[in-house]
Amino acid sequence: MYRVAGILSPLLAGACVLSLLIGLYLGLVVAPADYEQGDSYRIIFIHVPAAWMSMFVYMVMAISSAVFLIWRLKIADVVAVASAPIGAAFTAVALLTGSFWGKPMWGTWWIWDARLTSELVLLFLYLGYIALRGAMETQQGAARAAAILAVVGVVNIPIIHFSVEWWNTLHQPASITKFDKPSMHISMLRPLLIMVFAFQTLYFFNLMVRVRTLILEREARSSWVAALAGERTNG
Amino acid sequence: MSDSSHPPRTDISLSRVFWRVYRRDLTLAMRSVGQWLNTLFFFVIVVSLFPLGIGPGPQTLATIAPGIIWVSALLSMMLSLDSLFAHDFNDGTLEQLVISGQPLSVIVIAKVLAHWSTGGLPLVLLSPLLALVMQMPSSAYGVLVISLAIGTLSLSFIGAIGAALIVSVNQGGVLLSLLVLPLTVPVLIFGSGAVSSSSMGLPISTQISVLAAVLALAVSLAPLAIAAALRVGVSVGR
Amino acid sequence: MSESVELLLEAKGITIWRGDNLLMDELDVQLHAGDVLQIQGTNGCGKTTLLRALIGLAEFDEGEVFWCGQPFARARDGLYAELLYLGHKPGISPGLTPLENIKTLCPELPDDCRADVVQVLDELGISDRIDLPSAALSAGQKRRINLSRLQLQQARLWVLDEPLTSLDAQGSAWVREQITKHASQGGAVVFTTHQPLSFDDISVSTIELGGAE
Repeated sequence: MYRVAGILSPLLAGACVLSLLIGLYLGLVVAPADYEQGDSYRIIFIHVPAAWMSMFVYMVMAISSAVFLIWRLKIADVVAVASAPIGAAFTAVALLTGSFWGKPMWGTWWIWDARLTSELVLLFLYLGYIALRGAMETQQGAARAAAILAVVGVVNIPIIHFSVEWWNTLHQPASITKFDKPSMHISMLRPLLIMVFAFQTLYFFNLMVRVRTLILEREARSSWVAALAGERTNG
Repeated sequence: MSDSSHPPRTDISLSRVFWRVYRRDLTLAMRSVGQWLNTLFFFVIVVSLFPLGIGPGPQTLATIAPGIIWVSALLSMMLSLDSLFAHDFNDGTLEQLVISGQPLSVIVIAKVLAHWSTGGLPLVLLSPLLALVMQMPSSAYGVLVISLAIGTLSLSFIGAIGAALIVSVNQGGVLLSLLVLPLTVPVLIFGSGAVSSSSMGLPISTQISVLAAVLALAVSLAPLAIAAALRVGVSVGR
Repeated sequence: MSESVELLLEAKGITIWRGDNLLMDELDVQLHAGDVLQIQGTNGCGKTTLLRALIGLAEFDEGEVFWCGQPFARARDGLYAELLYLGHKPGISPGLTPLENIKTLCPELPDDCRADVVQVLDELGISDRIDLPSAALSAGQKRRINLSRLQLQQARLWVLDEPLTSLDAQGSAWVREQITKHASQGGAVVFTTHQPLSFDDISVSTIELGGAE
């Protein structure tokens, strides 16, 4: 696994940089300005992929946590731990860019929009996961406890999302949901999808790097890590 | 096999397991009355701080009362959840319950219901008084009590997951809130939503049925998570 | 131990690290019906950890535990139904009386078990404490309350952590007698101790921890 991650990470990094460049070029330069929102809409090329990734990463985390709980696969736990801070970062980016986008759109930095609120709750879930991990004394205990939390969280996310939507329609009648995908012009959709791909590879690249370090850290006592360290210092 | 006159542990009825633990926890709670009275006082004090902070205008208070009473109830529950498993963990009873050979889910349900009986039910019973103080229309009292009754029970179950996860952590109080509060969002939204609607004379059946659905989900799934978390907890603590 | 006797508890290749400290490496434990096993060693060498690892109350890094030939994950409930574990923490709530505590710890006892409990506590010399708050008990008295479960509960496997701590000569004689009786009736006992115990009528095997390093 360590080896595989080592081979994959430069490939992913390359794909990520390439698609980021193309996506940003298409999104910021080629795509036309929106007739209502002008140029400020362009932040969605960051915002939307980040928001999607924040959910996607939580799913990855929850699934690998479930795998860890059921089959006791240590590598699944490593993936979950490695994902948590990345997911939290995506969530924070989604929140920030959402807020930047909200300023010209709604004239305020923050609005209790259903999606922003769900993202905020998601950020709390990530932070809770990371905090629980940090608070437990032993590695194994932390792994199992945090895995339970991730699974509980993923059961709750749809309910939270549903209740926030409901709450939102009750308190402010629909006016602000803007992006219906079919109505989006192809010149906007294409860079958006490329950016989503870029964020995916960014995540997997980060994941591979973090997985590698975590494996090294955990297997520090094993003979192959010692051999590896010896190789490095001699070479 | 020390004494053959005693029954084996395999065929004990579930109701006996349940009632033993439930009665035990109630006895303990009754003997330390101060502890759950504190929760109740906390509830009253937090609610009465809001008029002081916001101003005594009856109109404003009536508008925000459902939210305030609900949030205060939520915080009071968090406060009492902290000790749900902590004492038993510290004196070793918890590990004995985990290895007792009895279904841990049943034990967990008994403990959670006992917690609700002393930490949740009093809040529910006291809430009309606070509603009165907060200038809520009396027509909404019934809904307030019903929504709090269903909601606090769900909160006991959801919160117990957090309490079980942090059982081996020293001073996990703040951590408990961080873990549990995001999970309580649906209960809060629909609970206070029901009360708001009813004070405005709107129908409330949606909110109440969603609350009931959340409760059903919490009762059926939470004990599994709590039991799993407790097994982890007793195996990391010394 | 003869091979025909049923193998109850088995642990293979138990390896436990605490931080950078290797507590035990590839340790094997076998416990047959009728066996008495003492785990011996100095403070901090991992006696309690090993004891708890055997019954799923402590994490270990490598190895596996079997109960009656089944891996622990599948046999857990079966093991717990026949287990009596007396740990470092007594499992006695200070807010309850000894009788109430015993009822909690022994759900199989009927609600009207008072007479039985009194009888056993009498043997241990503390039946007069049965209705006092446990907060007022001394460490030795709590220990005795706990040990009464050796008589009150039915369990094939006894796992005892330092069973003689804070007991006087009379108390420890009682415990040895119980262990002897249990083993001769086909039960198995594993316990930790910081100094070796000798028994008159039964053979005791020993695992020495910490000495290997």
